[in-house]
Amino acid sequence: MKAESKELPAEIMELQMGPSHPATHGTIKFNLKLEGEKVLDCDVEVGFLHRGFDKSCEQATWTQVIPYTDRLNYASSLINNVGYALAVEKLIGAETPPRCQYIRVIISELARIYDHLTCCGMASSELGAITAGFYMIEAREMITRIVEGLTGARLTVTYVRIGGVKHDLPHDFAENVLSTFTKIRKLLDDCDRLLSRNRIFLDRLSNVGVISQETALSYCLTGPLLRATGVNYDVRKAFPYLVYDQLDFEVPIGSRGDNYDRFICRIREIEQSMQIVEQALANLPVGPVWIDDPRFVLPEKEKVYGSIEGLMHHFKIIMEGIHVPPGETYFAVEGGNGELGFYVVSDGSGRPYRLRVRPPCFIAMGAFHEMIKGYMVADIVPTFGMVNMIGGECDR
Amino acid sequence: MAETESQLAAVQAKLGAKVIETLHPQGDDVVLLDRGGLRESFRLLKQDFDFDFLSDITAVDYWQEREPRFEVVYQIFSRARRARLRIRVPVPENDPAVESLVPLWRGASFLEREVWDLFGIRFIDHPDLRRVLLYDEFVGHPLRKDYPVNLTQPRVPERTVNGTFVDERSRNKLLRLKKSLGSKL
Repeated sequence: MKAESKELPAEIMELQMGPSHPATHGTIKFNLKLEGEKVLDCDVEVGFLHRGFDKSCEQATWTQVIPYTDRLNYASSLINNVGYALAVEKLIGAETPPRCQYIRVIISELARIYDHLTCCGMASSELGAITAGFYMIEAREMITRIVEGLTGARLTVTYVRIGGVKHDLPHDFAENVLSTFTKIRKLLDDCDRLLSRNRIFLDRLSNVGVISQETALSYCLTGPLLRATGVNYDVRKAFPYLVYDQLDFEVPIGSRGDNYDRFICRIREIEQSMQIVEQALANLPVGPVWIDDPRFVLPEKEKVYGSIEGLMHHFKIIMEGIHVPPGETYFAVEGGNGELGFYVVSDGSGRPYRLRVRPPCFIAMGAFHEMIKGYMVADIVPTFGMVNMIGGECDR
Repeated sequence: MAETESQLAAVQAKLGAKVIETLHPQGDDVVLLDRGGLRESFRLLKQDFDFDFLSDITAVDYWQEREPRFEVVYQIFSRARRARLRIRVPVPENDPAVESLVPLWRGASFLEREVWDLFGIRFIDHPDLRRVLLYDEFVGHPLRKDYPVNLTQPRVPERTVNGTFVDERSRNKLLRLKKSLGSKL
């Protein structure tokens, strides 16, 4: 060691973090400009999971798009299904029966719980709170079991159809959900005891990744990121869809816009979502789960295999796709990470002319440099965790 | 519905000749705007109509269907009035460019970069108009209707970034691969 090199060099270092970094879940690259450990600037590179969602959808029939939407935000694929179906139904001008709407609310909220548990669980385990992380992933697994019992798949569910849902709820669905919620509440209580007075956890989250209300609005942020800054905007309240206006729930709002508020917003939203599901299950009306319109709904299997008209009807819908009237519309639902919008353009044929998804986490990654500027490299991990970037949705 | 009709009428009255057409499909409010002075139009909408939130920017390619070929589509809404508005801006093929909205909403930056990336529509005065989802060496804009869906692009050589740590073992592996695959890589 030379004697004259006592002073540390103060030059700006450029560091590339990612695309596959063990501390960030998701394929994304941060091109950082560092002064020591302080982040001066951060250029976010996304697109590693780009697979041409929009272009693929233009090749598929309207119904074939539904499996593609599963793969957007795969932590809440049911919400994507619901949002897409609602956008196309708006273009058709169809309104689904009440039972279908309640089922869609229930599955949306289950997916939201799943999404928030994923985000909070992963974020806490990345901060070293492995126990709390595994508790939340255990709770998430219970939701997955319910979803699996309902749809037959754990992640890529493809449960919602244009004009209805694939099939009605199984007979033991309500009691399954209610008993699971008791277990989830207990697990979340445990997590609360593990985390809420944990000095390390609080210090890593509080006053880190702060973003002001004006900046959040300017960057078009939605969902928990926006609500943590104190803006009361939730699509379910601002532009109610399905039967959300008949259900009693609150929108948790933070005040400081830091990672801790984001975490608390998500945890409190889980409780609100569970209450919504309980109310919806208590008020679940009986009736059909499909609209009564043979132009959009597949015939029953007895008719398909028992009559030539039924077979032709089935063939036409499968091969040509349903014929959505020409036009364009935009429909937004509240996804796990914020406003999930579908802009749909139809030219009257069986395939979408253009299908655009407003991806909430892509827009959030556009504001990431604003959240991390001036903080330490280590703060990227909790901040990125609380953004809950899901590659499938961000990169499409 | 009277309220939304009055909203469209008020927007038309305010923006005057810049409005090409107002539409009201499926209960949505749609305004077709001229691209000249677009940022000023949006500034007026933001200031006088309280449309303070930009939801989305995207584009549609009406290749061989409509003239002008492209349409840039903006979704904005007002949190206070709980009203949405969709702005469609026709853009011709020979000069695909509109004014950038980054001075009004900084979040427009990523959205406009995506439209540039996938449609090749330039945004004038955008501070940093690079590709965002695809890589810099990509040729063409894949969401244009005349871009074939099954077109493959050649692999690009590894980019050297100044000061990047290079793992020699992986480089050797790559060299071996290149040698064995020849020109295919």
